[in-house]
Amino acid sequence: MTQAHSHSHPALPVHPTDPKGFVADWSSDQIAFKKVPWGKVMMWIFLVSDTFIFSVFLISYMTVRMSSVVPWPNPSEVFALEIAGSHVPLVLIAIMTFILISSSGTMAMAVNFGYRKNRKVTFILLVITALLGASFVGMQAFEWTKLITEEGVRPWGNPMGAHQFGAAFFMITGFHGTHVTIGVIFLVVVAVKVYRGDLDHERPGFLTGRRGNYEVVEIMGLYWHFVDLVWVFIFAFFYLW
Amino acid sequence: MEHAADQQHPIGVYLKIWALLFVLSAASYAVDYFHFEGYLRWSLILIFMLLKAGLIVAVFMHMMWEPIAMIYTILIPPLLLVVFIGIGALEADYTFFLRSIFFAP
Repeated sequence: MTQAHSHSHPALPVHPTDPKGFVADWSSDQIAFKKVPWGKVMMWIFLVSDTFIFSVFLISYMTVRMSSVVPWPNPSEVFALEIAGSHVPLVLIAIMTFILISSSGTMAMAVNFGYRKNRKVTFILLVITALLGASFVGMQAFEWTKLITEEGVRPWGNPMGAHQFGAAFFMITGFHGTHVTIGVIFLVVVAVKVYRGDLDHERPGFLTGRRGNYEVVEIMGLYWHFVDLVWVFIFAFFYLW
Repeated sequence: MEHAADQQHPIGVYLKIWALLFVLSAASYAVDYFHFEGYLRWSLILIFMLLKAGLIVAVFMHMMWEPIAMIYTILIPPLLLVVFIGIGALEADYTFFLRSIFFAP
């Protein structure tokens, strides 16, 4: 860190969490984000843009729900399931939430074991994460099927209330499910790289030709945690509100 | 690379946050299960949501260990969304008002 400061300035190391560090880093030439791998910065910038996309969906959902003169279908009832003869509200969504959070936990640990160069454990954790992600998508497919075939929900209408319900639901959860699916594919790719030892031996990747490095596991992790993060907001605003 | 050691934290941190996220998710599900209504419901949903989001971003996504220059760059632009939400709410109110006058049964 001290190397980056100019010689005219006596090296006063600014603590990274000090607001002065913000000015110091942004006003220094060439590299604003000290010690942060560029791939990680790029992923974060993508995630910020993705934040805006999901926010726009959720805000438009808010406007159609607020402006509807017809009552909004009660998600607690719409997504209820009959289990062993008893009526449990929102249970599938709760299970999906726990699954996604668990996958975030295994992902975080995969990143940790990656940096410890523990190839085997990293691989296993990545595979568990991918399996949890795939089961999430499977449950979502079940949810969609039930909603379309049994409840008769369509993007243009439904028997329970405000017509915009279907459009908002399919758009928001569909986009999120797509993200999870892409994440599972991404996880499998990274898991294969870890398994083959590409990251330990710094072999070039097939797409970019960049040398393998355990940072890719952390970058993958950022994407995966973001998918979980988006679900936190969808769960709160669409299913619970 | 020299960065590799920067994001190395004890496993226990992740396990604790994981457990906390489970508890918070269970709590937000309980809000629905026990049929809390009105402002109590909405405020509880928002509190649990923000706590979960904060934990995921801060610990799982390593935000709390990143340089402040990067934290501000990532967290400040989304604040614009508050303005956007406000505009959306105003527009929705207006549409609701017009619909109530002209279309409501």
